[in-house]
Amino acid sequence: MISKIQDSMEQAVADIPDGATVMIGGFGNAGMPSALIDALIDQGARELTVVNNNAGNGERGLAALLQSGRVRKMICSFPRQTDSHVFDALYRAGKIELELTPQGNLAERIRAAGAGIGGFFSPTGYGTLLAEGKEARTINGRDYVLEMPIHADFALIKARAADRWGNLVYRKTARNFGPIMAMAAQVTVAEVNEVVELGALDPEAIVTPGIFVQRVVRRTVQQGSH
Amino acid sequence: MEHLNRDQLAARVARDIPEGAYVNLGIGLPTLVTAHLRADLDIFLQSENGLLGMGPAPAPGEEDEDLINAGKQPVTLLTGGAYFHHADSFAMMRGGHLDICVLGAFQVSVRGDLANWHTGAPGAIPAVGGAMDLAIGAKKVFVMMEHLTREGASKIVQNCSYPLTGVACVDRIYTDLAVIDVKPAGLFVRDMVAGLSLADLQALTGVPLSMLPADGEDA
Repeated sequence: MISKIQDSMEQAVADIPDGATVMIGGFGNAGMPSALIDALIDQGARELTVVNNNAGNGERGLAALLQSGRVRKMICSFPRQTDSHVFDALYRAGKIELELTPQGNLAERIRAAGAGIGGFFSPTGYGTLLAEGKEARTINGRDYVLEMPIHADFALIKARAADRWGNLVYRKTARNFGPIMAMAAQVTVAEVNEVVELGALDPEAIVTPGIFVQRVVRRTVQQGSH
Repeated sequence: MEHLNRDQLAARVARDIPEGAYVNLGIGLPTLVTAHLRADLDIFLQSENGLLGMGPAPAPGEEDEDLINAGKQPVTLLTGGAYFHHADSFAMMRGGHLDICVLGAFQVSVRGDLANWHTGAPGAIPAVGGAMDLAIGAKKVFVMMEHLTREGASKIVQNCSYPLTGVACVDRIYTDLAVIDVKPAGLFVRDMVAGLSLADLQALTGVPLSMLPADGEDA
């Protein structure tokens, strides 16, 4: 019998090595797997490359991971926010590398990795600073820039519910990058509010099929209700 | 001559958004347009973080941290609304499925180049978000901005001095003084605030403007 359910957050992230590329779901705090991030901070892996839309808000979650000094590079679309002071200070001190990518290119690069695409031509960013050094091509009269996939060793995502085969459903706009990051990583770990019996999720409504999910771990009450 | 205030400008933009349109309103000034859309019309607001059919802010105490807009503020979902993941959300933009997006801007050039993401100032931390995807994605890109900078310089320029967000992507500019269409033949004034002449507007703007012919086609 296959069960992807893990006993603890610690167990779920125990084998993330130094130097790993880790995708972390969420748009701001919506969909951020904060219990898994806390476990990753405790686990101690260093020199990480982290992929997220943002670069941390306030002091918790991704901001806490950055503050711990374990992240060598951020790949994101929107690091600068009113409460991104942790990232801002690291960036200004030259302690973190930034790869800035337009949000839709970020999403599509992640999706492309999961879908086995070797690169794609996107119109987004053509003629801007963010296309400098990239191959450009005119196709049917429109200008495009070559964008490459982003693969990850691990993806840490948050979902509302899972079953033991790793099928997932999400909650509202907390879905955001979860489904595509699950496809792009060698190992996807889903932090969920609820584990349900096999068959309890409507097969017509499963958003991420279990083939894209290797581990599931339930948040405890102490780890918050969302 | 009276400048439109921010709400009047938002109302002017809202007048040009027809029933049935799929619309993305950028963060900042364009967000104000929401309040001026007629409640009796079905207009579909998209938010880049994965919702279509976005409703107004919730009542105090009803906020849900999993239901936010692109500015990460709490919102609601209208009956009939839908959630989707980020690749689908940006496929709606890049794939040309959105009818209109409304964006703020630092500058727009005579060719419709848009600069709205980065001042390029030394020490500024660059952040682009969905701005470049929105700029090239929607069928019609509307810019909403003040006509002049605080120093009195025109924000409609021959060439943008700020880093570009998109090339030749703006279709129409709404300012506190005028509504201007960007066409291959140049900039055409659609309407102006009362008491302003084309010569006055031309003097403030500094790049060539023409009046749109009375039979100029609609958006």
